[in-house]
Amino acid sequence: MATHEVTFPITDEAEILKLKAGDEVVVQGHIVGIRDRTQIRIFDQGVEPPIDLSGAFLLHTAPGVRKRDDGGYDPVCIGTTTSARMVRFTEPLGDQYGVRAICGKGGFPDEAIEPMQRLGMVYFAIVGGAAALETTQIEEIEQVYWEELMPECLWLFRVKDFGPLTVGIDAHGNSLYHDVQTAAQDKLKELYARL
Amino acid sequence: MSVVATDLRQTVEDAAAHLYVWALKDIPQDLRDALVDAQQRETSVPGRRVLDTIVKNVQVADDQGNLVCQDTGIAVYTCRVGEHFPLHPAKIYEALKAGTERATLEHPLRSNAVHTITRENTGPNTGYRLPIVHWEFIPDWDGLDVKCVPKGSGSENMSFLKMCVPADGVKGIKEFVLSSIVDAGGKPCPPGIVGVGIGGSADYAMYLAKEAIARPIGTRNHDPHVAKLEEELYGLLNETGIGPMGLGGDVTVLNCHIEHADTHMTLNPVAVNYQCWAARRASVHVGADGSVDFDREA
Repeated sequence: MATHEVTFPITDEAEILKLKAGDEVVVQGHIVGIRDRTQIRIFDQGVEPPIDLSGAFLLHTAPGVRKRDDGGYDPVCIGTTTSARMVRFTEPLGDQYGVRAICGKGGFPDEAIEPMQRLGMVYFAIVGGAAALETTQIEEIEQVYWEELMPECLWLFRVKDFGPLTVGIDAHGNSLYHDVQTAAQDKLKELYARL
Repeated sequence: MSVVATDLRQTVEDAAAHLYVWALKDIPQDLRDALVDAQQRETSVPGRRVLDTIVKNVQVADDQGNLVCQDTGIAVYTCRVGEHFPLHPAKIYEALKAGTERATLEHPLRSNAVHTITRENTGPNTGYRLPIVHWEFIPDWDGLDVKCVPKGSGSENMSFLKMCVPADGVKGIKEFVLSSIVDAGGKPCPPGIVGVGIGGSADYAMYLAKEAIARPIGTRNHDPHVAKLEEELYGLLNETGIGPMGLGGDVTVLNCHIEHADTHMTLNPVAVNYQCWAARRASVHVGADGSVDFDREA
């Protein structure tokens, strides 16, 4: 299992294709925060996102923030939410907007594997709940769009040494979640037989 | 009497405001020990990476005075009210609600409370029937104990109820707990505390499961039949291989706690309520004279 550093947004697809399920990744550059309501607005209500998402890294988050007098926001506590609720947006994010990485906690179910392979996308697993640490890796909240959805706005963060992340699903059809779940279901049968 | 009552109301409000924030920042020692123990015994590479990050995160929260997790949850309080405590529970509820609001606005904390249909925010972590308060009344006593458990949604979403039948027996209980935790996978932020409620009724079983997750880690039920089941399930759950954050590994749960109630001869309810690794809780003991004693470990 290799260790990589990747800067987002990416322009070269090779940056994604080199990543394998289980690898460790640290991220630099700019990442975009989104959540349930943000994606419902884009895809169910048909509102175009306010920024270019090609090559982007999306983080499933609803940050705790403090508003400054100048209208900007300072991070209070920024962590990551459960991804599985938002799996249906994976294909359109890649297909329509060129998103290359989605980061969250808990993983995506198997329906994400095929579109991620076809569209050259990866899923990064972050440690859910480790928000105190994550907050120190957010250098600045550069932009906040759709403030009326607070805290489920569209956020642009500049990050430094964001991670460590684990490649949960790679662009080659491999998913740690699928492998772990398959093994656990087999193990369950064995455990039931012992009860 | 009315002056004393007014002061006590303020005392309980102040205590609640402190408790909510404190619980979010300073996790109990038994949890810290359990996380380090998990870190030391985990052998999978991604699992170890997760646990290293968790232990580091707890240290960063301490050093920076920050919240351990961004999910400030829904505030759940358990009150043990002495028969002679001089503030009526109606006023205790008011005080807990006001304290929750104050903590949310003053820190500030992320406000999670929404109307369940419109999804519009209903207030600073308060709303209709929020916060949630459970009550227990204690005879021959004049004190008040309040335990605050901020319950995150990632783990609360992984709650499961099955009305097993008597013929399913204890085997049915075990199978349901095991399959629930395997199906939950990485979503509830494992390794955490699996709370199980058995017996009673459907609603009471789920309440018991919630009570179970709020116990200090590794404490055992007073009934030896139930304590034996806790030990057995704890071992079995860690054989599933789900691992930290569902990435595979040896440590799927920090422990399994069970609370039980006697039930109808034809009922065999099983409820599972998960508590994430950031198993936050904090308590306060309030005396009839207004004395306040905060307790991180209760």
